[in-house]
Amino acid sequence: MHSYLLIFVMALTTMAIRFLPFVIFRDKTPALISYLGKVLPYCAMAMLVVFCLKDVSFSSVNSFLPEMIGVMTAILLHKWKHNTSLSIVVSTILYMFLIQKIF
Amino acid sequence: MKNAIKEAFRDSLHILPGYLVLGLGFGVLMGSRGFGFLPVLLSSVFIYAGSMQYVGVDLLSSSASLITAFFMTVMVNIRHLFYGIGMLKKYRDMKMGKLYSIFALTDETFSLVCNKDMSGLDESYYFYVSLFDQIWWVSGSLLGSILGDVLPFDSAGIDFSMTALFIVIVVEQWKANKDHLPVILTFLISISCLILFGRDDFLILAMALIVIMLMGIRKIRGEKDA
Repeated sequence: MHSYLLIFVMALTTMAIRFLPFVIFRDKTPALISYLGKVLPYCAMAMLVVFCLKDVSFSSVNSFLPEMIGVMTAILLHKWKHNTSLSIVVSTILYMFLIQKIF
Repeated sequence: MKNAIKEAFRDSLHILPGYLVLGLGFGVLMGSRGFGFLPVLLSSVFIYAGSMQYVGVDLLSSSASLITAFFMTVMVNIRHLFYGIGMLKKYRDMKMGKLYSIFALTDETFSLVCNKDMSGLDESYYFYVSLFDQIWWVSGSLLGSILGDVLPFDSAGIDFSMTALFIVIVVEQWKANKDHLPVILTFLISISCLILFGRDDFLILAMALIVIMLMGIRKIRGEKDA
């Protein structure tokens, strides 16, 4: 029973966070929030990249080289081919190969 | 007029591999701690937040207090405030599936919708892409719950597909924007906070500093925009 209460609390809290901006700025968006709404998506994505890579350790070369190669591959391939699927698939397969077979 | 459902389905395929496997991992992990089909289903349908659900497995198996669960959820999911603010204008006047689209605004769905060129698309695209993404997530976690650890291949590292997706979006936005100062400062702030405060606590601080930084830029440049 307690498990279901826990799930309920996690669900409700997550929903509250996701709905909060829409509730607060329901009628009118202050100029500052409008401005944030325009620039935040760009910044949030950059923050999310750091969040995804937060567990990378720099204690030895082996521990960060796969991530570095994967990240560089995604960036360069996307700059070259501009194909989202291709960039994701190639860099992910390369990364999986690196951590499973090489490092 | 492009078909919103078709377009949403096609875009959601970028999320499919990551969500299936991460969802599957969640189902398997829950199973290994003795939680069956129903808690897995309820979590993936109603919490629907990847990293939170993984944290939730620990909360559930240690029978944490409800207060702890509340604060943990705030810590892990507070970044979603940014996504809501980013989508305010686009979601506020949606006619169809507005509430659901706000509820289902995960990292991955946000990465698809924040950047989407909506020319020739109607706004039901937002609803459908949110729905398809959650279908992949729920399917993955149910498969994991039912089958257990039976992947026919070594999936270690497949979660990198999410990182790669976010990187691709940053590259796209870099191309589309002329002003790179905010994003460069965001990287600097996030990385500095990560180094200074550690991976468990850096995000809230980084978010606060990012907002302050953006306000500063606006003030200095005297931007007035609607």
